[in-house]
Amino acid sequence: MARVQLKKLEKVYGSFKAVHGIDLDIEDGEFMVLVGPSGCAKSTTLRMVAGLEEITGGEIQIGERRVNDLPPGKRSIAMVFQNYALYPHMKVRGNLAFGLKIAGRPRAEIDAAIEQVAKILEIETLLDRLPKQLSGGQAQRVALGRALIKKPEVFLFDEPLSNLDAKLRASMRVRITELHRRLKAEGLSSTVIYVTHDQIEAMTMGDRICVMQAGEIMQVATPKELYNHPANLFVAGFIGTPEMNLLDGALEGEEFVIGSQRLALGAHVTSRLSTLPGQAVLGVRPQHLSLVREAPALTARLSNAEFMGHEVYLHADLEGRKLVSVVSAGEFEALGGSELIRLRPDPAMLHIFDKSNGRNVSLLGGRLAA
Amino acid sequence: MANSQTLTDTQVLEDVQAARRVKIGLISATVRYVLLFSVGLVMLYPLIWLIGASFKTNSEIFAGAGFLPESPTLDGYIKGWQTSTPYTFGRFFWNSFLIILPKVIGTAISCTMAAYAFARFEFPLKKIFFVSVIAILLLPNVVTRIPQYILFRDLGWLDSFLPLWVPSAMAGDAFFVFMLVQFLRSLPRDMEEAARVDGANSLQTLVYIVVPMLAPALISVCLFQFMWTMNDFLGPLIYLSSVDKYPVSLALKLSIDTTEAFEWNRILAMSVLTITPALIVFFAAQRYFIEGISAGGVKG
Repeated sequence: MARVQLKKLEKVYGSFKAVHGIDLDIEDGEFMVLVGPSGCAKSTTLRMVAGLEEITGGEIQIGERRVNDLPPGKRSIAMVFQNYALYPHMKVRGNLAFGLKIAGRPRAEIDAAIEQVAKILEIETLLDRLPKQLSGGQAQRVALGRALIKKPEVFLFDEPLSNLDAKLRASMRVRITELHRRLKAEGLSSTVIYVTHDQIEAMTMGDRICVMQAGEIMQVATPKELYNHPANLFVAGFIGTPEMNLLDGALEGEEFVIGSQRLALGAHVTSRLSTLPGQAVLGVRPQHLSLVREAPALTARLSNAEFMGHEVYLHADLEGRKLVSVVSAGEFEALGGSELIRLRPDPAMLHIFDKSNGRNVSLLGGRLAA
Repeated sequence: MANSQTLTDTQVLEDVQAARRVKIGLISATVRYVLLFSVGLVMLYPLIWLIGASFKTNSEIFAGAGFLPESPTLDGYIKGWQTSTPYTFGRFFWNSFLIILPKVIGTAISCTMAAYAFARFEFPLKKIFFVSVIAILLLPNVVTRIPQYILFRDLGWLDSFLPLWVPSAMAGDAFFVFMLVQFLRSLPRDMEEAARVDGANSLQTLVYIVVPMLAPALISVCLFQFMWTMNDFLGPLIYLSSVDKYPVSLALKLSIDTTEAFEWNRILAMSVLTITPALIVFFAAQRYFIEGISAGGVKG
């Protein structure tokens, strides 16, 4: 059983603090995705778990063991690297066998394990090829096999799909998720820590997602929770395509004031607020901003419309602030080319952030703590 | 009709131009090859002459600049091989081999380990050590001759092969360490990290992962060391005093200044034999040789 716990984990390079004492608890069998923009220290965190990077402060526990000072080979982990990191001079078979050979396993056992893993990943025909004779997708499957064959307690993935083209990435995503489910169903240890900068990977693969920025954890939650209830401005802006609309303004009673416009929020929104911020930011996803004909609504000038097939992205200008709304093609047709449009946010899906600290103050009490 | 006429004209024009391009290409290739061949010949002629002259009689050698012997004879080889000493030239080749073998193997092992340490590990005073490697690289050889001689004399190593190969086998050749460090720095670390995750320790990672990737550079290190040792004259001259321990480079000189009174065909014949191993090794491994030299500088 391998629960992974990071306790006050810190990493300092010279005078630069890369990881700021983070706490993260990953359950046994959980698929945890670390996501964030480049430079947010997600890879550093993963490498510390792997033992490839020294820990400056704090503690890492895998299962019941404190692994801070254990070499990578003794942590019962396996890692899949971004550029596959296959041993170039060994055939696929040799690549798969290397870890077991080092561990001194008998030949017959190694051969059986290779057979089994090759079958799962459909690489039986590639076993006698060198890495340079493999395509990107094949190489990544071999890298996956090299991790799988060790039967580790924890799998670590460091942006494994970012070197693949979009189509292959989508199929590998499904393959990895299925593999995780299969391991779990077979009762094998299958805790996964998966680092990516791609939010689609994060949303589709993770049981939970840990959003990081500048060496700190912004929020840890299920994909649905992250999408519907972002804890702060960063998460709100990072998760979701197109990005959430974030409008600076102020709260006045039950109204939100943006420039010269006032939007009535209604009591069911204001009653959710945990505090009343002076300077506030109104957050609403483009999907939750619908075209309407009458007030209460925000009036904006249509600047561009992107036709995506079944839906249209409307880019509008609200007194100098950019707004995006996703509407159906039919709704867009009904507009009939008028320049001024009225957009109404769905009150249930609307967020108010405190501008001073970026916190979402419109979450219900219980969620705020999470 | 007019249209097809124009079309044909264009085609004819294109054909003419294509033919001209082929002709120009042919002329330029001819000029290039003639030039390269003649420059190559000028550079290689001394070597060709050496081989030709080794089959000539002594009197014929100075008769003309041509390299083809009029009446080829193996006399130079037979007499030269016997030498004026109690030993044949084979003994000297064997001596060279006894120096080269431990030196090349020792260099490959020790320099790889030193370079691996410099390129991949953090240890106290690493910078100072590396700077001293570079400093040694820049130091003229002659400066260290006398202190080294005194040191080896005190160790009682004079008139033995030890002073000739032991320093190199302890990563004493800064040039090779530097070359391998540069090559290692250009290799991605991911494979080594993967090996560590797979449970390999530093030595296993070095042996199973790094050395195979380092092979091109390592082969050129061995080649360089082989050739330099084969050609080294000063080292054996300083440290070896008994004729039975002479390597070929010294033995060749031996045949000039003793009784033979300048039997040039013997000297030339033995010179040909002396350069043969180096030439064979070079041609057999030139691909790695060039790869190794260029990789040190260009890669990464």
